[in-house]
Amino acid sequence: MTIEHLDGNALAGPLGELFTFDATTAVGRCAHCGLTGPLAALRVYGPGPGLVARCPGCEEVVLRLVRGPGAAWLDLRGTVSLRIPLPD
Amino acid sequence: MGIISRGFRGRRTEGGDRLPPGQYLEHGFPVLSAGPTPRVPLDRWEFAIDTETGQTHRWTWPELTALPAETPTVDIHCVTKWSKFDTNWEGVSLDTLFEDVETSVEYAQVYSYGGYTTNLPLEDLLDGKAWLAYRYDGEELEPRHGGPVRLLVPHLYFWKSAKWVRGIRLTNEDWPGFWETAGYHNYGDPWREQRYEGD
Repeated sequence: MTIEHLDGNALAGPLGELFTFDATTAVGRCAHCGLTGPLAALRVYGPGPGLVARCPGCEEVVLRLVRGPGAAWLDLRGTVSLRIPLPD
Repeated sequence: MGIISRGFRGRRTEGGDRLPPGQYLEHGFPVLSAGPTPRVPLDRWEFAIDTETGQTHRWTWPELTALPAETPTVDIHCVTKWSKFDTNWEGVSLDTLFEDVETSVEYAQVYSYGGYTTNLPLEDLLDGKAWLAYRYDGEELEPRHGGPVRLLVPHLYFWKSAKWVRGIRLTNEDWPGFWETAGYHNYGDPWREQRYEGD
């Protein structure tokens, strides 16, 4: 059985281009099944045509990221919210 | 400078005029996936065309494979920049499936097992431009390449040729699909290099 996906740590570089914090440590809630966990625990497909990160519980899409020339498209509709660790 | 120029010329020459702008010639068959590969048992497989009036035309696997088959040999072009020449397919022309379908709409939304969607004008599926393909290179189409059945629309970037195709919804409005809502071009003509929104 071929492993089709990577784990969410594969998002660290591409999301690091957009955010000033390490987005893989942000804790999200799947909009479909409610499973909560860090983005690092997502199942990541890609990289082409884009990165598709799916919930490890229900396999629905949590996040999509397409990097084009001069722009990136980020779709977070599959996550209810992200809890981002920040210093006080 | 000399080395870079020769490199670019060499790559371009390999595909010649058959290679759309920005593409390179690939001899393998890369697998790109946006999710887990669905496994659809043939006794439960079905394809549907849903019209704007609520009519549904359905085909089971035996019904699809009993229709007249064609064997198109076509060049395919992936938006990730590889192209592959002379790919051999077997399947049913969409013209055959649309023979008894009455519709007056302009848009088609293609949907797949596994949840993938893509959109294109209905006219791009007709007049010998598209097939439901179930064999590749003389063998049954492997699940990783979209088997048991994938859409084949070779004149557009290959993300429009939906793997694991399940049906086509005919709509009055154009509904952007999976990649079309994430930055990719709504139409995707490789010869006009319509990769991203705004190209």
